[in-house]
Amino acid sequence: MRRPPIYGMLAEFDTPTQLVTAVRKARAEGYRVMDAYSPFPIEELHEALHFHDRRLPLIVLIGGIAGGLGGYLLEYWTSVIAYPLNVGGRPLHSWPAFIPVTFETTVLCAALAAVLGMLALNGLPMPYHPVFNVPRFALATRDQFFLCIEAIDPHFDREITRRFLQRLDPLSISEVEH
Amino acid sequence: MTSPVLKPREDRRPPIIAPGHTFETVTDRISRVVLRKKTPRGWIVGFALSFALMMVLFYTIGALLIRGIGLWGINIPVGWGFAIVTFVWWIGIGHAGTLISAILLLLRQEWRTSINRFAEAMTLFAVACAGIYPVMHLGRPWLAYWLFPYPNTMGMWPNFRSPLIWDVFAVSTYLTVSLMFWYVGLIPDLATLRDRSDSRIGRTVYGMLAIGWRGSAKHWHRYETAYLLLAGLATPLVVSVHTIVSFDFAVSMLPGWHATIFPPYFVAGAIYSGFAMVMTLAIPIRRFYGLEDFITMRHLDNMARVMLATGLIVAYGYAMETFMAWYGGNPYEEFLILNRFTGPYRLQYWLLITCNVILPQVLWLKPIRMNVAALFIMSLVVNVGMWLERYIIVVVSLHRDFLPSSWGIYAGSVYDWSMLFGSMGLFLTLLFLFVRFLPMISIFEMRTLVPEAEVKEEPL
Repeated sequence: MRRPPIYGMLAEFDTPTQLVTAVRKARAEGYRVMDAYSPFPIEELHEALHFHDRRLPLIVLIGGIAGGLGGYLLEYWTSVIAYPLNVGGRPLHSWPAFIPVTFETTVLCAALAAVLGMLALNGLPMPYHPVFNVPRFALATRDQFFLCIEAIDPHFDREITRRFLQRLDPLSISEVEH
Repeated sequence: MTSPVLKPREDRRPPIIAPGHTFETVTDRISRVVLRKKTPRGWIVGFALSFALMMVLFYTIGALLIRGIGLWGINIPVGWGFAIVTFVWWIGIGHAGTLISAILLLLRQEWRTSINRFAEAMTLFAVACAGIYPVMHLGRPWLAYWLFPYPNTMGMWPNFRSPLIWDVFAVSTYLTVSLMFWYVGLIPDLATLRDRSDSRIGRTVYGMLAIGWRGSAKHWHRYETAYLLLAGLATPLVVSVHTIVSFDFAVSMLPGWHATIFPPYFVAGAIYSGFAMVMTLAIPIRRFYGLEDFITMRHLDNMARVMLATGLIVAYGYAMETFMAWYGGNPYEEFLILNRFTGPYRLQYWLLITCNVILPQVLWLKPIRMNVAALFIMSLVVNVGMWLERYIIVVVSLHRDFLPSSWGIYAGSVYDWSMLFGSMGLFLTLLFLFVRFLPMISIFEMRTLVPEAEVKEEPL
């Protein structure tokens, strides 16, 4: 696919309500490849974008199960096979004593999976991203709300998209360089 | 027909954020503390004092490394002493941070927002202080890595049936998870600092730490999922950590330690002392940095209530220990309680009861909960009381056990005290660095409390 001349078109809004409305209207207009940027999480926003990613809880579950099994097997192998200690004739596989460490390794691996999984799915760390080329975008981490319709969207057209965004009454519109 | 309008009951409590704030003012007020060029004189003085105190800790550690832990007051029969007392004290203090950031998040207590960041930082620093003690107590701290299971040429493995190994796993997991929780919470605020900083170093350093965060809705969606899951994982973790710390005692056979009430009673005590420490820190910080708009009387009032509630659980624990000593009919347990009441450590015991049970009852009174100075004093009292509690638990049980021929008397040496106060120096030094270089209140979460943050539904 040929790379479009620009990354996309960025519109700036003043309130979260305006941004959510803008996203809904853009969806209604047929735009699909777009992203919204806000200084805090807005629940309605990912719904308006029809964006749902349910992979993370599964990753955390797998991390937790792996941690739990790994922890228990480590204890079993250590206490029964590698270094059996006879303490007053008690069973080597003394499972109740293995529970605390199993619990801790479960939580540890699940938490690692949650953080690393979130970063990986989000593609972070990402030192460079085109939206940072727009000087006003620095306000996306302070008090402004942005909608970026990306140029790879099949409906994208520099003129038509700009006119569409203008109808949404934004504070500013900028073209985003690659 | 007009329907009767249901008027919501008026909320008379002070607000969780002062009125009139916008996204802009919240962002600027909190980031200004970090981004201002001139370091306030008060900070420099405070940091210098803490740093000097930290040097006392380093001196003590150096002396212990060179000459050994005989410098401490420990001996047989009291082999644990200050090291374990202070370890448990610091770990307990850390627990309030996780409670505020994770459990109150799951319970949707919005007031936690302005105190969770520095409570989490407090957790990290407290756990760092705590970790030093058991490692130094090993006697040969340079071999501390033997505690971890790793293949070695000696062919030796740790004994997983020992509570001390459980402790290693619990505390190291707790430190790791707390660190991740804290960092994940910081990422969006680091991005704010990156975009607001006008120095090149600031932009570079905060930019690297912010790992390219840009506030994308898709990122926020996964971010919130991850944050909630972490909170859900941290909640049982925090309970497990002090439970396992209490197993260090409860799994042994010693009178006064071998009790099933230990885990819940330790967890409640941890939260009690932790909230006291949050209060001890929050009161001067909000005053010094003028953050009364964000850490309001509502926060202090709520924290005082949590202290009161957990304090009562702890009081129940003391009462139950005494009751069980009588009801259980075990002469050694009975002797232990009488020895606590009237033995050589009776002064510490009654001081502990005064600090933890009697004085905190003033928190029932609303005028006290609304009085910042009184709350500050109470928080210090509880901090002292909780340290004494661990002192009583550790020392009284050890110094007179089953055989009178093996009784002894314990007192901390100069090195015990210098290590205790030195660790406070380490704690405060880290805390001073934190408030200078990182936002001490979560900016992005504060933005969600601004009235405009709510999306108003309008027809397409």
